[in-house]
Amino acid sequence: MSNIVDDKVKTFDTRTEAKVPVESPLAYSYRRSGAPAPGKDSGAVLRERPFLGHLVLRGGAIVLDEALRSVLDMPLPGEPQGLVVDASGERSVQWISPDEWLLIVPGGEEFELENRLREALGDAHFAIANVGGGQTLLELEGAASSELLMKSVIYDVHPRHFPVGKAVTTVFAKTSVILRRPSEERWELVVRRSFADYVYRWLLDAGEEYAIGVER
Amino acid sequence: MFYIYCPYCGEHREEEEFHPKGEAHIVRPEDPESCSDEEWGDYLFFRNNPRGIHHEMWVHAVGCRKFFNITRNTATYEILETYRMGEAPSITAESRDGQASTGAQAETSTAQMQEGVRA
Repeated sequence: MSNIVDDKVKTFDTRTEAKVPVESPLAYSYRRSGAPAPGKDSGAVLRERPFLGHLVLRGGAIVLDEALRSVLDMPLPGEPQGLVVDASGERSVQWISPDEWLLIVPGGEEFELENRLREALGDAHFAIANVGGGQTLLELEGAASSELLMKSVIYDVHPRHFPVGKAVTTVFAKTSVILRRPSEERWELVVRRSFADYVYRWLLDAGEEYAIGVER
Repeated sequence: MFYIYCPYCGEHREEEEFHPKGEAHIVRPEDPESCSDEEWGDYLFFRNNPRGIHHEMWVHAVGCRKFFNITRNTATYEILETYRMGEAPSITAESRDGQASTGAQAETSTAQMQEGVRA
């Protein structure tokens, strides 16, 4: 695929053919802090989903919605704090701010998707940024996971206040996370790469009483 | 601890997610070149510090990262309203002067409020 969509914007694929070893943002944490295996009595299970494609879309809601529907067959969330997950559960788009959305797709899809979105958007006023290298996604599952979050984030995660299909950016301990609830039993945390180790160790420490386990 | 309604997120969030950014509705002089030093210095450095109703700019730093305005009573810390950038406040010191003596403002008498408030 061409590396140039139009005269103004040059795009490039961040995943190259070259054999460069890639490490997840938590590779160091696994080595240094370990990863307790989940057991039968684990109230919470932590899992990293590294190397996904993260795209930030900025622009008007109407044009972006149209483009996303035509390219991915997904609508933009209509409400603030909205999260839309496609049928496969692999692709999601969430509201970040009135003119900003975060699109997460399986790793490797993002470059082609970005180019197709740029084509669909044409001359509209918009920006697409690939932020996949800067953040990673953690999944938290299990009966105690919401209790674990209550100890960690300032946002109210009670199911009445945080139903499935909601996603907020909020304070987690001394850093910030994007907290998402794609399904009844699963929470997702989008964390900054440089804070991934901090969040990981915080979760291990806070989850100790629930016998937290890490799936790798 | 404030519990602040973000007009862009459409819900109340904890103060920790926000940063205050000073007085709101400061208009940059249309022609800075023709300003006197006093006018320009006033625009850059001098801010109102009223006792009573004050309009402040805040930013939802951790959430949607948008700036918006808060009308707040600096004496009671009560947040009276929040509104988006570019909008005009529905509550001002003038509009509140009439109501100030009706009992809701027990701690600050009307006289005290008027004394400190600059329009």
